[in-house]
Amino acid sequence: MMKKILMLACGALLSSATFAKETITIATVNNGDMITMKELSGEFTAKNPDIELKWVTLEENILRQRVTTDVATKGGQYDVMTIGTYEVPIWGKQGWLAELSFDDSYDLDDLIPAIRSGLTVDEKLFAAPFYGESSMVMYRKDLMKKAGLDMPKEPTWAFIREAAKAMTDKEAGVYGICLRGKAGWGENIALITSMSNSFGARWFDENWKPQFDSKEWNETLNYYVDLMEESGPPGASANGFNENLALFQTGKCGIWIDATVAGAFVTNKDDSEVADQVGFALAPDNGLGKRGNWLWAWTLAVPASSQKSEAATKFISWATSKEYSNLVASKKGWAKVPPGTRMSLYANDEYINAAPFAQITLDSIQSADPVNPTVKPVPYVGVQFVAIPEFQGIGTAVGQQFSAALTGRVSAEQALSSSQRLVQRTMRKARYPKK
Amino acid sequence: MAVNSSNKSKIIYTFLAWTIGGLIFFPILWTLLTSFKTEAEAISASPSLFMFDWTLENYKEVLSRSPYFTHFWNSIVISIGSSLVGLLIAIPAAWSMAFVPTKRTKNLLMWMLSTKMLPPVGVLIPIYLLFRDFDLLDTKTGLVIVMTLINLPIMVWMLYTYFKEIPNEVLEASRMDGATIGDEIFYVLLPIALPGIASTLLLNVILSWNEAFWTLILSAANAAPLTAFIASYSSPEGLFYAKLSAASAMAVVPILILGWFSQKQLVRGLSFGAVK
Repeated sequence: MMKKILMLACGALLSSATFAKETITIATVNNGDMITMKELSGEFTAKNPDIELKWVTLEENILRQRVTTDVATKGGQYDVMTIGTYEVPIWGKQGWLAELSFDDSYDLDDLIPAIRSGLTVDEKLFAAPFYGESSMVMYRKDLMKKAGLDMPKEPTWAFIREAAKAMTDKEAGVYGICLRGKAGWGENIALITSMSNSFGARWFDENWKPQFDSKEWNETLNYYVDLMEESGPPGASANGFNENLALFQTGKCGIWIDATVAGAFVTNKDDSEVADQVGFALAPDNGLGKRGNWLWAWTLAVPASSQKSEAATKFISWATSKEYSNLVASKKGWAKVPPGTRMSLYANDEYINAAPFAQITLDSIQSADPVNPTVKPVPYVGVQFVAIPEFQGIGTAVGQQFSAALTGRVSAEQALSSSQRLVQRTMRKARYPKK
Repeated sequence: MAVNSSNKSKIIYTFLAWTIGGLIFFPILWTLLTSFKTEAEAISASPSLFMFDWTLENYKEVLSRSPYFTHFWNSIVISIGSSLVGLLIAIPAAWSMAFVPTKRTKNLLMWMLSTKMLPPVGVLIPIYLLFRDFDLLDTKTGLVIVMTLINLPIMVWMLYTYFKEIPNEVLEASRMDGATIGDEIFYVLLPIALPGIASTLLLNVILSWNEAFWTLILSAANAAPLTAFIASYSSPEGLFYAKLSAASAMAVVPILILGWFSQKQLVRGLSFGAVK
């Protein structure tokens, strides 16, 4: 009798151990590709019945604040975090992230080198890219034709200004150019910093001295302000990605320079009134060897404090795999596959046919170099940002100065000299250059 | 003549009151209207107030994508729980300050209020570490504790103000009749100060319901209230205003209804002792 009871107890223990689920908490942003990942995650749990997923979806800035607090204090609230290419090098260096290692079937070498290099610190991969993006020119072919111009595949800033002017018809509510004007390190600063790289400007010299008093920055900001005054929409200082997307989709913009992911939105016939008339080109340059495009990726990483890093890595391996791309293609169509992470996607004819902006996206991503982002040497990593903890603060403060210049409240020169002062002050307080 | 001018001023005041009321209510009305629009209409440069294609699609999508009722329940537990726990501490505290003051009572009250002047982010890391060490992260208990502590100064202040209006003689009379401190508070003070206590409770339920710093930072998947539910519908790349408006409407409607039904009590309590 005793033996029977013992056996039953052991059986019950074994079965409870077999079915004990490990719950991993995933923090993510509310972007279309992430929502699709959440929708399709049932496929992952079906294959891994011992893992349960809990999702925390938040607005980007709130998510950043939350995961930063959690990872810095080793709170352990999250097992998988959605973070950007700005955080990965800083957090990796601090030891806040667990190193990722995948089996051979993951095919690490298939990751786009420019993206992979931004996620690697001291030869260790700290995050896997979920989707990558650069920026490009999107334009209205019909308006371009009406203006008697042809958009080259690799336009210059001078051509963009000429074309924007020719396409503008303010009385009809059509504006030649739509660019980000909303202040923020991820808003107007992303665009203007990328633009400044092609003008030869840089945030800091090799000794971390701010460079806003340079000729190159003066040319960049004056060009931006003049271009927007001539051919931009009214109230542009409040426009970010979504506002410009709405303007472009409703036929109010001739040219829009922004994230490559917008390609899928502007060519979607359900939402865009101009879907049939959209052309794409590389971000403009100024003949100095650098184009004005950025490089960004939303990535999945495991905080060092996670107690469930094995299950978390398993999930990341699935969500960033070729198998996942195929799953999205079968359920949602090839155009909805997360772009910009794997070379194999761009060798797939079905994807190329479904996404007319695919080749430009790949070319843009590959042309961005986070280690040598501009013409002159720099001591930092990052194309449209500087990967130092102070950048969120100074980026937004400088963004406010540039936004003020766009509204005409201050001149471009005043905005630059204020930016120089405030960045100098912050860097001095933070004791740069660090030994 | 006097009747005429009184009528005129009545009309002016009524008009002013409606205008101010309309201005205050307009953002909520706009949110409600946007929640019934398509995403393209929601961000349109020439928006329409009523003449658009009404759709329930946003509500359908929000309900299918998020566990609304879990967030709703969490909000109920956190806001009502913290207000009740807060009252349990604030009533005796306010009683002692109002009826048995010392020479430092005023300073103590001012110090309590001064804690509200500190930006919450200033104590973020210590509180986060405490929560981590006591296993309170992402728990409703943790959020009830933090909400109670945040709103306690306001609760004590409000109750202190109401209690000060009650003549000490009434309490003295009960003491002469042999009432203990407990009897004095429960059977004499509370019935007299009920409107004040009710409005303190309601105001704190509203404050806790709307709190969106600590509730967002200290919760994740299990204890997240409606503030986290709203925050999940904002997106940097992609149109979201209509769905965000639907989520906001679903989050504010319960507290609006509560405010509507209890407005008499709330106004009575807030104006208690205002005219003297």
